[in-house]
Amino acid sequence: MSVSLVGAQVAEKINSKMAGVAIDFNETDVWVEPKNLPKVGKLLRDDPEIDLQMLNSISAVDYVEYFELVYHFRSLRRNSTFVLKARSYGRDDLTVPSLVGVWRGAELQEREIWDLMGIKFTDHPNLKRILLWEGFPGHPLRKDFIR
Amino acid sequence: MPIKTEPVTINLGPQHPSTHGVFRLRVTFDGEMVLDAEPVVGYLHRGTEKLAEERNYVQVVTLTDRLDYVSAMTNNLAYVRTVERLGNIDVPERAKYLRVISAELNRIASHLVATGFLLDELGAFHTPLVYCFRERERILEMFEMLCGARITVSYMRPGGVLQDAPEDFWPRLDDFVKTMPGYIDELESLITENEIVLVRTRDIGIITAEQAIAGSLTGPVLRSTGVEWDLRKAEPHEVYDRVDFDIPIGSVGDTYDRYLVRVLEMRESVRIIKQCVEQISPGPIRTEGPFVIRPPVGDAYDCTESPKGELGFYIVSDGGISPYRMHIRAPSFINLTLLRELLVGWKLADLVVIFGSIDIVLGEVDR
Repeated sequence: MSVSLVGAQVAEKINSKMAGVAIDFNETDVWVEPKNLPKVGKLLRDDPEIDLQMLNSISAVDYVEYFELVYHFRSLRRNSTFVLKARSYGRDDLTVPSLVGVWRGAELQEREIWDLMGIKFTDHPNLKRILLWEGFPGHPLRKDFIR
Repeated sequence: MPIKTEPVTINLGPQHPSTHGVFRLRVTFDGEMVLDAEPVVGYLHRGTEKLAEERNYVQVVTLTDRLDYVSAMTNNLAYVRTVERLGNIDVPERAKYLRVISAELNRIASHLVATGFLLDELGAFHTPLVYCFRERERILEMFEMLCGARITVSYMRPGGVLQDAPEDFWPRLDDFVKTMPGYIDELESLITENEIVLVRTRDIGIITAEQAIAGSLTGPVLRSTGVEWDLRKAEPHEVYDRVDFDIPIGSVGDTYDRYLVRVLEMRESVRIIKQCVEQISPGPIRTEGPFVIRPPVGDAYDCTESPKGELGFYIVSDGGISPYRMHIRAPSFINLTLLRELLVGWKLADLVVIFGSIDIVLGEVDR
């Protein structure tokens, strides 16, 4: 059975390498600032005790007050899973660093989030709409999208 | 005098028989050689995730049927498991067995479609495809007995399944389990050692294990590279820990391995169904509860091994009657990440075969 990594332990690990980067945690999840995502990603991927080889899924949730990016990771060697979250405040011109440089699998998923949720990923190799056409007004998965 | 040549960019699709739906590929060719390829998707986008925000948890089951429409049972399974995790809903034993039986039947049906169309693309026009569809038809008829629908089944519910299997379902299933291995032998005798198939698929479109893991590929595409990873073993849900089966893996990660892994998986699925039929016992098929589910505030992610790979649902609940947000981790969509690397350097005729061996369904890519 796959184990989900304990949030407190991972947060401690992150903070021991980069003080104050893990800002909050619960049993299974750890929260970081969006700007720290790539370096935290590299640590999670390269640390032999955490070893998260695969970026499984990226979701974005519009909580109106802020947007939350939810990254689900998986280690195939250790059969473990982990959830990393990042909150981005504001509604216009949201930018979050891309994780394509760390995990190639982020590419299409980040394009989808830009398309449907309107969060821009900096350093993405090909950030353009994917499911809707260029010029579509707005981002339909936002809570304030009017049909 | 040298002949002046220049690269040509053409569109394959969205209306093209080998594109498995409405998929468009913008390809730049130098003669017959692929220089660049870019998938253009979205022609079937229906906004499933947004639609789910305005329906209650049971109604969303019908939306999941329409994701990977050749494998509706596993879509149902992944969704109801997430709702059960979110709302702490128990599932009776008999329902778990019925779920596994129907999901494995659907895996066979999906792999039959993948294999049949792959051969179609290799130029074996329609004969192998009709052989595959003949067997798939038997599975669809069994689905009709289970729930009245063949493709868009909506068979599973949070807390169990829609209804128990009718009496005359079981003899049909027994007959299927007995005859299916012989049918797979027949298919393999025609294809697996076929010289034309070998020449066209061996060492064509190779993915390495490192590439596959970094690119988040899952399912038969990942296993064909030699990575022994199957969520039915890694996260044994329902009754997968009580049945004995193997994970077929490939060695090279080429088109042929992807075909072979699917054929071997069909055999394993028959084994699983056989053991489930032996183990299943009478009992309730659904936990009684209100029709309108109100899970507590929170979020949950759960997944299952669909025929295409890891199908996951991430659902956020605000305590209301419908999901606040539902995200679908669609394996067909994410398996397209490495498409460009796979296609560049191959010829036009290989392009169609390599693309077919990834086995995507556009209902799931576009959602």
